[in-house]
Amino acid sequence: MHSHAPAPTEEEIRGIVAPLASLEGPLLPMLHALQDTWGHVPQAAVPVLADILNLGRAEVHGVISFYHDFRDHPAGRHVLKICRAEACQSMGANALAESTLQKLGIGWHGTTPNGAVTVEPVYCLGLCACAPAAMVDGRVVGRVDDARMDRILAEVGA
Amino acid sequence: MKVFVPLDSAAKALGADDVADALARQAAARGIDIRIVRNGTRGMVWLEPLVEVETPQGRIGYGNVTPDQVPDLLDGKLNGLGRVEDIDWFARQTRLTFARCGVIDPLDMDDYQANGGLVGLRRALTMTKARIVQEVIDSGLRGRGGAGFPTGIKWKTVAEAEAPQKYIVCNADEGDSGTFADRMIIEGDPFQLIEGMAIAGLGVGATRGYVYLRSEYPDAIAILTQAVKIARQRGLLGADVLGSGRAFDMEVRTGAGAYVCGEETSLLNSLEGKRGTVRAKPPLPALQGFLGQPTVVNNVISLTTIPVIFERGAKHYADFGLGRSRGTVTLQIAGNVKRGGLFETAFGLTLGEVVNDIGGGTASGRPVKAVQVGGPLGAYMHIDQFHTPMGYEEFDQNGGLIGHAGLVVFDDTVDMLRMARFAMEFCAVESCGKCTPCRIGAVRGVETIDRIAQGDAAAIPLLTDLCETMKDGSLCALGGFTPFPVMSALRNFPDDFATYREAAE
Repeated sequence: MHSHAPAPTEEEIRGIVAPLASLEGPLLPMLHALQDTWGHVPQAAVPVLADILNLGRAEVHGVISFYHDFRDHPAGRHVLKICRAEACQSMGANALAESTLQKLGIGWHGTTPNGAVTVEPVYCLGLCACAPAAMVDGRVVGRVDDARMDRILAEVGA
Repeated sequence: MKVFVPLDSAAKALGADDVADALARQAAARGIDIRIVRNGTRGMVWLEPLVEVETPQGRIGYGNVTPDQVPDLLDGKLNGLGRVEDIDWFARQTRLTFARCGVIDPLDMDDYQANGGLVGLRRALTMTKARIVQEVIDSGLRGRGGAGFPTGIKWKTVAEAEAPQKYIVCNADEGDSGTFADRMIIEGDPFQLIEGMAIAGLGVGATRGYVYLRSEYPDAIAILTQAVKIARQRGLLGADVLGSGRAFDMEVRTGAGAYVCGEETSLLNSLEGKRGTVRAKPPLPALQGFLGQPTVVNNVISLTTIPVIFERGAKHYADFGLGRSRGTVTLQIAGNVKRGGLFETAFGLTLGEVVNDIGGGTASGRPVKAVQVGGPLGAYMHIDQFHTPMGYEEFDQNGGLIGHAGLVVFDDTVDMLRMARFAMEFCAVESCGKCTPCRIGAVRGVETIDRIAQGDAAAIPLLTDLCETMKDGSLCALGGFTPFPVMSALRNFPDDFATYREAAE
């Protein structure tokens, strides 16, 4: 996603986050807005956020690195999340994840060499009564078996 | 022709959008005047996509519909399930909190009001603050997020605190595996949550509210955001709630993938834009919560139950239940189970009835081996404990916890040592890092279980001791309750911890 876009300027970053400055507790909404725009939280955003919110750069970095959602580099063109939580495990999620990663020749958080898909673990999508579950770019899929996974991988061009 | 196709995530995950598209296309091709309503789910995930057709006899259900079956459905050739309300699984429930879920169009406020919506809030607007809080106390409602703390007592503390600004924070960070009630009600009846938060605001004197909703639920975020906008336009939220002259407004905030943020103090830190680390208590969030102000932090199901209590009266609600567990429990039956979904019923059914009778046993057809109740921090119950009634105290006495009332069923292929290891691994990944027993203990727990797996019997007392330390020394339920799945697996399924030892000998 956006992997060939030039690094955003300070001005562009300010343009995204400044309108959110009046919120109570604005940092998470700002980080989400940055990631929605560039597919990751650009390193250049750290000093800008620190300045706007009167925080230390280390504090901003500490918040970004605390949360699993925020990336420091762009993901593949598609993101496939496979649920690893107990309900999905009870329906064979471990085997499904293993065979998927093996097919793609990558590990968790890895991106296929053609840049098509990044695979991430997720702990529960709330689809526990139709497990195992996965999510492709925000679209949910339930009762995922090998055939359905193959269709998903074909769709995302992996 | 009026047809209902659920928009709930679980229904969509099983192809509901494709069915809705096929219905629209095929109806157009046949010249049928069709109105497709995207409702929430009735909770029968095992029947999704569950399409309903409105007839003079009522809404007739068609289960597990595929796009290929749509022509037959339109031609009246598809076998139906009869009236949805008459389906045994549905008919056996007591639906109070989920009464409207799956019935109405979630974003149609007229539909909401035609089905009892806003009656509770209108009644609350005629009551004093003290009377509102008393009503919640009288209902016996206990926090449905897991801890089971009496909701009314929490409200009373906030109501009596003096502060320039108070807050209502809804904990919608439903990260526990096996639970989806919060997601389901937000997607299926979002105005009910908004109404519940507004009543809470009136009761404690808070004018602002936040819903902290996990990022793993994009559909719920979209629906609730839309519902808040509509509620503002229609005067349910804002400076003048339903023309009463009293103010309440709210925002939806998105989490960022940290499980620990379901813990209330960690959630508050996250909402403030900090790392989601746990705060020591006291001070209680009720006195110093969001931005240091008195704050009600309630779970989605607690807050969505509030309008029901005000609509029907505290006594009506309290009349359901068992012992000190009053009202209904929204059981979420999940995992390796034949008939999974959300089943709302009075407290008191036994675990065995829920798994075998309602859930129909495993999906794989193999024998049930274990049921994890209450999420990743809940105990693995053995079939010998199937007599345990669903109630807070009853589960406590049997070494478990109800938590958010999710049940994950496992068949006999499950390796309980592996599940115990997973519980420790999960705790290590998700620990906020603030307290040592959780941060370090979980890592050592994984290593110790690996030693047991390699045949080192001396590691078993070590694991037991480590679990005691984590239980007694952790600041919050993540480190403090991880011993529940670990120790219950060890205690209830000793064979899974012994076979490796024998193999090594």
